[in-house]
Amino acid sequence: MGFHNSKLQNSKHGATRSTVSRRSFLKVSAATGGGLMLSFNLAPLANALANIPGESAIGAFIRIGADGIVTIAAKNPEIGQGIKTSLPMIIAEELDVDWKDVRVETAPMDAQKFGVQSAGGSTSIPRNWDNMRRVGAAGRQMLVTAAAKTWRVPESELTTASGVVMHAASGRALKYGELAAKAAMLPAPDLKLVTLKDPKTFKIVGKPTKDVDGPAVVHGKPLYGIDVTVPGMLYATYEKCPVFGGTVVRANLDEVKAMPGVRHAFVVPGTIKNGEVGLNAGLSGGVAIVADTWWQANVARRKLRVEWNEGPMATQSSKGFAARAAELAKQKPEMSIRSDGDVDAAFKGAAKVLEASYSYPFLAHATMEPQNCTAHFSGGKMEIWVPTQNGANGRGMIARTMGIPEKDITVHMTRAGGGFGRRGSPDPMIEAAWISKEAGAPVKLVWTREDDMRHDCYRPGGYHNFKAGIDAAGKLIALTDHFVSFGADGKFAASSNMGGNVFPAEFIPNLAFGASLMPLGTPTGPLRAPGSNGLAFVFQSFLDEIAHASGRDPLEFHLDLLSEKRVPAPAAATGAPQGPTFNPARMRTTLALVAEKAGWGKRTVPKGTGLGLAYYYSHQGYVAHVAEVTATSSGQMKVNKIWVAADVGGHIVNPSGAENQVQGAVLDGLGQILGQEITVARGGTVEGNFDTFPLLRMHQAPPVEVHFQRSENSPTGLGEPALPPTLPAIANAYFAATGQRVRDVPFNKPRDRDVRV
Amino acid sequence: MAYTLNINGASHTVDVDEATPLLWVLRDTLDLKGAKYGCGAGLCGACTVHIDGTAVRSCVTPVSGVGTRAVTTIEGIAENPLGKKLQDAWLAIDVAQCGYCQPGQIMSATALLAKTPKPTDADIDAQMSGNICRCATYNRIRTAIKLAAGDAVKKEG
Ligand code: FES
Ligand code: FES
Repeated sequence: MGFHNSKLQNSKHGATRSTVSRRSFLKVSAATGGGLMLSFNLAPLANALANIPGESAIGAFIRIGADGIVTIAAKNPEIGQGIKTSLPMIIAEELDVDWKDVRVETAPMDAQKFGVQSAGGSTSIPRNWDNMRRVGAAGRQMLVTAAAKTWRVPESELTTASGVVMHAASGRALKYGELAAKAAMLPAPDLKLVTLKDPKTFKIVGKPTKDVDGPAVVHGKPLYGIDVTVPGMLYATYEKCPVFGGTVVRANLDEVKAMPGVRHAFVVPGTIKNGEVGLNAGLSGGVAIVADTWWQANVARRKLRVEWNEGPMATQSSKGFAARAAELAKQKPEMSIRSDGDVDAAFKGAAKVLEASYSYPFLAHATMEPQNCTAHFSGGKMEIWVPTQNGANGRGMIARTMGIPEKDITVHMTRAGGGFGRRGSPDPMIEAAWISKEAGAPVKLVWTREDDMRHDCYRPGGYHNFKAGIDAAGKLIALTDHFVSFGADGKFAASSNMGGNVFPAEFIPNLAFGASLMPLGTPTGPLRAPGSNGLAFVFQSFLDEIAHASGRDPLEFHLDLLSEKRVPAPAAATGAPQGPTFNPARMRTTLALVAEKAGWGKRTVPKGTGLGLAYYYSHQGYVAHVAEVTATSSGQMKVNKIWVAADVGGHIVNPSGAENQVQGAVLDGLGQILGQEITVARGGTVEGNFDTFPLLRMHQAPPVEVHFQRSENSPTGLGEPALPPTLPAIANAYFAATGQRVRDVPFNKPRDRDVRV
Repeated sequence: MAYTLNINGASHTVDVDEATPLLWVLRDTLDLKGAKYGCGAGLCGACTVHIDGTAVRSCVTPVSGVGTRAVTTIEGIAENPLGKKLQDAWLAIDVAQCGYCQPGQIMSATALLAKTPKPTDADIDAQMSGNICRCATYNRIRTAIKLAAGDAVKKEG
């Protein structure tokens, strides 16, 4: 087979072309030979190797069949962000073929050929836009050269369109399918020197294009990690200590082994060193149960009794964090993040001073497909099938933990049922690998929903204590934030930091950000728009308070604020989501666009209904929202509609996917503000399933109207930046509707929930 | 225990414990991977199949309770004209993001249209709220259902 393992997840016609047996879906390692170097280190193409009979490889990314069918490798993992469609679209555009003739296959994990193959940080489009164009253009170039040699005419006289090379002077034409074998034998052009299309002539990029896996999805074809089947495979369930890093003292393994279908039950010692926290810290200790079916493994698990050594973190709780954060808020920040001007003097001279405290909770990722991984250890080699955002990370951990050289670890990336940052962590991979080796069989490890909810790298909670000074003219002249967060020894826990450039830093003359840290034994990590997802809520909400306190319309207030002369960042300010590249003019345009679309200031809403706006710059994207919210008679918030404007550059590679991403991110944010909270008790996670960690449902989902502001900038990613403004836009609208501020989210706090299972 | 099940019009005999949920019989014994595991507790709808045309959560349906009734899964729903229409509408609207929930969504939507050929927004809310989409493709799911129901749908974008 070609670059890849799976005809099943093959193409836009996946449903009808799925003729290859499941076995070949799995037989990957034997099949990955062949592709050519056409990689991001811009190495020249080697001579082509056609590794599919009748098809010719034009570099690592492209195969062309004699029938003209073009197969393009999708290099990055598909987690629902549409990258399996959008990156190949860019190649197809420059290759100059028709999209209907394109099939897409997920590339094997091979950094030599494909460069970085991860999904995260909305980086895939900005990192690959130029590269993918060049890969496609290089392929086109080779086909043109092949035609020029065939006809003995100069390349400059040749043109291409829809997979055909033409020589206008003689009226001759050859299809790519006819040229591919010859082109595949040519040396590759220098990627730096290939000619790119004039974007005005784009035919594929910028056209709404359907997900290439769509047919396979709606017919329920096996696509995901959880669907993988390997001959002779057993099923595993894995119980870990409720407190991160805890280890097994003893377990009733004999009783478990006596249960129907159970083949193995054993203790996994774990490799996490005392005091280390985070899913990259090592293999978590626990008890593995391996059975003939996954159901039997879990029935047996109900009998499992484990005595844990929970370690020192077992004393931590959400209640404790809140109490400690309140204490710390009364003190001076332990450390300074940024300081401009003289805030004390400015507060003294202010006409009005405003203070408010905000908080947001821990959140789980709750991907719809729970964490899982299939591993097969045999003959010293490890083969892995996994829905991942970062297979290389997991492979590295398997190599380090188990002493298997990386070259002997093959990783197949399957489609993932959601990612949101969760699947960058290596934990399911190392667990499955370890269990397969010990069980001496291929093993599919599937986490229960409860495992998934309770063993996450959570979005960390945070507490912000603000003070603002407004002058007599209603202008914001001073702002301080004492951020109480998590970490130790002056170092923030993962994804719990705040940089010195968080807006409105740089736009206010007197400003001080400081932080105090609380120790944390719960792993944290990136969740969609990490950092920004909490910071946008607190800053954009407090700015709305300031706008109202100064008697100004929020839109006008913000447009003025975004026009202020910028204060240069002090040297100490680093690592901010905002970043030095922030361009306030783009944000003003975006904000003005959404205000216009939502009829801001132009229409009246009924009593009990309000409009709120918010905006945020993250992951290089400029996004602004207006939310319309009604307070119901029972005091609930009902979101009627959300308008969104986004500037992510001059090209939206796939407008259909882009709109879907924005709508999803916005509704994700709505789910967060309504009722999502992860509670820590006795060092572990309380919530286990969707009854206590409520995801948004159909009846709560309002229409989300999306507008793209095209600007003369390189395209940037969209998986994340549409989320951050959602919570503050809704909270600000709720204030407009009711006069009540939402300063602690979620809006519907869970009942007193402090009992851990 | 041996059970003979009628799935997508074909008869299958399986030998599993009586308490085994239909979901795991479908997925791991019969290798029909379309019904998905999301919560195992009847909370998310990812595992939705039809039993005699009624949408049920297969993760909480013991195999022993199925009997001879007709089980339809996403793999067989194209045989149902409404199911086929919905699958086509899903593709036309390009509904899926990760796609993991979508087999369950389509199964629930098919049951909805079978009972309520022209569903209102409130009907859609009521029938579809048991199916979680973590990627929150709800706007498009609603549009696709209306398209399949024959309503003129405003062009997206
Ligand atoms: S898996 Fe059955 S309802 Fe969630
Ligand atoms: S499309 Fe991802 S859960 Fe619905």
